[in-house]
Amino acid sequence: MGGQYLSMVTDFIKPFYDAFIPEHRYMNYLKGLWVTLQISFFAILLGIVIGVTIAVIKVTVADKKKFIWLKVICDVYITIIRGTPLMLQLLIIYNLIFTARDTNEILVGAVCFGINSGAYVAEIIRGGIESVDSGQMEAGRSLGFHYMQTMRYIIMPQAIKNVLPAIGNELIVLIKETAVAGVIAVSDLTMAAQNIGAVNYDILTPLYIAAAFYLVLVLGLTRLLHIFERRLAQGDR
Amino acid sequence: MIVSNNLRKSYGKHEVLKGISEKIEKGEKVVIIGPSGSGKSTFLRCLNLLEIPTSGQILFKGEDIADPKNNINKIRQKVGMVFQHFNLFPHLTIKENITIAPVKLGILTKEEADKKAIELLRRIGLEDKAEAYPKQLSGGQKQRIAIIRALAMNPEVLLFDEPTSALDPEMVGEVLELMKELAEDGMTMVVVTHEMGFAREVANRVLFIDEGIVKEQNTPDEFFTNPQNPRLKEFLSKVL
Repeated sequence: MGGQYLSMVTDFIKPFYDAFIPEHRYMNYLKGLWVTLQISFFAILLGIVIGVTIAVIKVTVADKKKFIWLKVICDVYITIIRGTPLMLQLLIIYNLIFTARDTNEILVGAVCFGINSGAYVAEIIRGGIESVDSGQMEAGRSLGFHYMQTMRYIIMPQAIKNVLPAIGNELIVLIKETAVAGVIAVSDLTMAAQNIGAVNYDILTPLYIAAAFYLVLVLGLTRLLHIFERRLAQGDR
Repeated sequence: MIVSNNLRKSYGKHEVLKGISEKIEKGEKVVIIGPSGSGKSTFLRCLNLLEIPTSGQILFKGEDIADPKNNINKIRQKVGMVFQHFNLFPHLTIKENITIAPVKLGILTKEEADKKAIELLRRIGLEDKAEAYPKQLSGGQKQRIAIIRALAMNPEVLLFDEPTSALDPEMVGEVLELMKELAEDGMTMVVVTHEMGFAREVANRVLFIDEGIVKEQNTPDEFFTNPQNPRLKEFLSKVL
């Protein structure tokens, strides 16, 4: 009887063992994870740079007819990015910019996902800026700051704090979305799992393992963001 | 020090200021009263260009402040403003609220600004709040901080936009007291307020603005004891 249970357990464990241990396969996951992490990190950085720039432009030119074309450019960018599938954007940006086949895959991924993320971050930050009381801008200006100084020292710190949960959410979404990076020949975590599955004649188990990696990553990140938010909340007591 | 020439301001079709020509001398304390919606706050906010006049001129020490040739930011450094809702910066400590403008604008070094902030805080008896955040303060304390934040820039004139209107009654006194001290020190002040006692006691001149024009102005004594304009008589009978 006992042997029967034991064989059931080994039947369950063996595929995971095969998909993880032999030929240092765990290293493939870890390498893939490292690629995913780097792409996500640089993409969110690029996304925040693009997002802040666009948000500030949109808020600034909102009532100035002279620079309306700037706002139009921003709106077109946001509309296209938010209105088309991510995977298509990846393929288009990749083939448009990175035609040389030996380009750094991290750079490729980060730029593609960064451009995509920028559109969402822009709208989040714009909301954050608009949530800051208009008296703050007036107070800054009345002290002699010019518009951009007031934005930088007074408005943005408050806006960022207000939207931090949303930005954190965007980062989590981004990390998971990088799983489609395989279509532009980036060997990220998902790609690593698929490759192992192909070698091992067992597609499903490596995917479970990859999913577990993503889950742990996202849980850890959620925890980290929570701590960070609490830090920033000083002054709210 | 500040001259307005035929100042007009419209929002769409609605004309809020219908031609105000006034002159505020150095050292003068001008109190502006009037019913809500009369344009008194708009007039005050035009004086440092927080509102852009539709037509007319504002001269600060002879310079047209709306002229793009003149740097409005430099002028604003000399024209302090205190708001009804304090508008302290919630993400900064009290000391940082006071020092951020002089430091970032390169007027004082960090050390000089810190020293000045502590001096100013000591003056109003709040030096123990230097590291606190605005949310931890009472309304009266916030407004007094807002006033010394403006003072840290060494302004030549201070504009007050209903500085006590958002305060609980028991906190009005401490703010008015500080304003009186500033007045005694010779600060040029333009104050929009509903505090008639303050107007009587501190003002050199009281303006009554109604329907976008100055309907009457006089020394406080004459203004309150012998009003001429019927709208002013009606207004005073309601508020006094």
